[in-house]
Amino acid sequence: MMGGIGTMVEKLTVSSSPHVWSENTTSKIMLDVVIALLPATVGAIYFFRLNAAILIALAVITAVLTEMVIQKIRKQPITISDYSAVVTGLLLVLNIPASAPWWIPIVGSIFAIAVVKQLFGGLGQNFMNPALAARIMLMLSWTDQMTQWVKPGADAVSGATPLSFVKGLTEVPSKAPDMYDLIVGNVAGSMGETSAILLILGGLYLIYRGVISPKVPAIFIGTVAAITLIAGGFDFNFMLYHIFAGGLMIGAIFMATDYASSPVTAKGKVFFALGCGIIASMIRLYGAYPEGVGFSILLMNVAAPLIEKYTAPRVFGEVKK
Amino acid sequence: MKLLTFKGGIHPPEYKELTEDLPIERAVEPSTVVIPMQQHIGAPCEPIVKVGDRVLVGQKIGEAKGFVSSPVHSSVSGEVKAIDMRPAAGGGEVLSVTIVSDGMNEVDPSVKPKGDIDKLSGKEIIDIIKEAGIVGMGGAAFPTHVKLSPPPEKKIDTIILNGAECEPYLTADHRLMLEAPENVIYGLRAMMKAVGVEKGYIGIESNKPDAIEAMTKAAAEYPNIEVVGLYTKYPQGAEKQLIYACTKREVPSGGLPMDTGVIVNNVGTAAQVAIAIKTGMPLVERITTVTGKAITTPKNLLIKIGVSVKDVMEQCGGLTQKPGKLIMGGPMMGLASHTDEVVITKGASGVLLFTEAEAKMPERGPCIRCGKCVDICPAFLQPLHIANYSNNHMMEAAEKYRALDCIECGSCSFICPSKIPLLQAIRVAKRNIIAKKRKQS
Repeated sequence: MMGGIGTMVEKLTVSSSPHVWSENTTSKIMLDVVIALLPATVGAIYFFRLNAAILIALAVITAVLTEMVIQKIRKQPITISDYSAVVTGLLLVLNIPASAPWWIPIVGSIFAIAVVKQLFGGLGQNFMNPALAARIMLMLSWTDQMTQWVKPGADAVSGATPLSFVKGLTEVPSKAPDMYDLIVGNVAGSMGETSAILLILGGLYLIYRGVISPKVPAIFIGTVAAITLIAGGFDFNFMLYHIFAGGLMIGAIFMATDYASSPVTAKGKVFFALGCGIIASMIRLYGAYPEGVGFSILLMNVAAPLIEKYTAPRVFGEVKK
Repeated sequence: MKLLTFKGGIHPPEYKELTEDLPIERAVEPSTVVIPMQQHIGAPCEPIVKVGDRVLVGQKIGEAKGFVSSPVHSSVSGEVKAIDMRPAAGGGEVLSVTIVSDGMNEVDPSVKPKGDIDKLSGKEIIDIIKEAGIVGMGGAAFPTHVKLSPPPEKKIDTIILNGAECEPYLTADHRLMLEAPENVIYGLRAMMKAVGVEKGYIGIESNKPDAIEAMTKAAAEYPNIEVVGLYTKYPQGAEKQLIYACTKREVPSGGLPMDTGVIVNNVGTAAQVAIAIKTGMPLVERITTVTGKAITTPKNLLIKIGVSVKDVMEQCGGLTQKPGKLIMGGPMMGLASHTDEVVITKGASGVLLFTEAEAKMPERGPCIRCGKCVDICPAFLQPLHIANYSNNHMMEAAEKYRALDCIECGSCSFICPSKIPLLQAIRVAKRNIIAKKRKQS
């Protein structure tokens, strides 16, 4: 007879199949992005000391608080535990110079979360990368504060960014920082974008965890490499300089891969990354600004829905026309 | 062995270790069976017995109505006690014949061996299958004789037996292939003769190496039957994906497997065909995996059609705790039932009992457009868009995004990190689109 407890079979759940779900959740994905940004964050604090730590804390706390307040106002469930606001705050502050005044990350985080993310419907609905849009807004509004670059170290000596050395040139001038410092991050610039190696480390983690496809960063960086190689008359040094200087690594690995503002289709990702690479290179080589990665991603963000529409995969069994 | 596969798919936890090493046991004799008149896709049967009649094992009690239908037979000898509506596994009710067993299991005189397949014609084999009430035993329960009777303009050259058993938890087909591989081969040979094809495949997932070995051995003397190893991935056993894995042919969108010259049957169905020819016994019992954390002793049981799930659970030591969900079939495509009064039917590959914790529906979040559903969809659809259009009642847009090509495997709902019931929304779109098409025509 009955081996277990009495067979009280009542109130059985009835639902549509499937009846099992993967362990993966949105918060796990966002937490993975935070983890992937940690090397660059720690690097920023190492290179730019206390000021960096303060700005990072201000940006992240403001982003989370803004999300909470807006959701309270909109009478929506509070979702700050999904880490998405942390990701936005962190990404934004890593794109800010370490010399920036304390209110810059606060204004930026509020703009990113309140305007770019929540006004458009919240998580998954933003048509631009919130951190990137906020960075561009800050740069256009407070250009002085946003371009007061400092060299790494506690004494905050002002310095030029590596990309400004090659602006308008097709070769790397001798006074430019050397390649080793570029890769390690021992150069002036936004506090989190300077160290290529730490960003790549984070990117490898995201690829390993299946959070991002390697396609987008590989094609984005590859396109910039190809164009700068041609523009520099096959000067490998010039090409490598462009790859490791500026915001290409953080942009290609952490911003162009933003889910909400990039295409979901496999083919769409290719066109998206290709477009990012072309626009970024063109601005760097021929535009008014030394850096074009941010603009390129924002422009492609706007084009993403269209790209997605025209790159629908061939359905299984569909006959090619 | 090089493993064959399809593009897309997921790797849900298997939980097959609960039952994969347990030999098939015969279930205890039921005192009463409740046999539904519709256990198949197609027209329901009409009862041909009356309350008070004495019926025998293998005696036909429900006559098929229409071409796409399949007769139903008694699984016990005894007296018809009632003919009324009873709970159905998929919800709602189904006309059922209740028979109280006399415990004698007296076999109907019509049950006689049909002779060797070499002496039977193709048409005779199809008639035997039809009269034996054989339907797809993997779960879909489509009448097998209909599958084996394609219109003459469709040239069929291959029959594939599905031994993938890609649903988590289920091990009924696995045990069958280990314990009666000769029946599977015999059934396949009968089907190949019935349709007149030269090539037969048996596809088995690589997580069942012993079954691949047993079937390869059993098929050794038939050079036109090939046992192929399949990469372990869900939904490897889905009809279109299995055809692609074995033959690299794609079933055209909106078409049927026979459009590629292939007919797919389950290994369980093939074994049933062998039994029908060798002994003459129609489909009155089947192998079912009874499993899940809420059941005390999971088992692979040979159970008579019409035995209630309640009786089956009792034989498996009862419940370990209060169950939260009862699933007929596997966890990916099975049907949740609201009561344990439902019975074992011809398509019941599994009885799965979840605990209350396992039955708890996950909290749904907003779509973050991670694109995982697009990456894994074996039909190459964009589930997020179809579901979104469906939820917003934009059925034309859902149709443009090819909702009708969805095979309802549930991989998208499984993989979604926001736990959005994507398949449920896509099903709504499909129903709406099909209903509209019917109205127009």
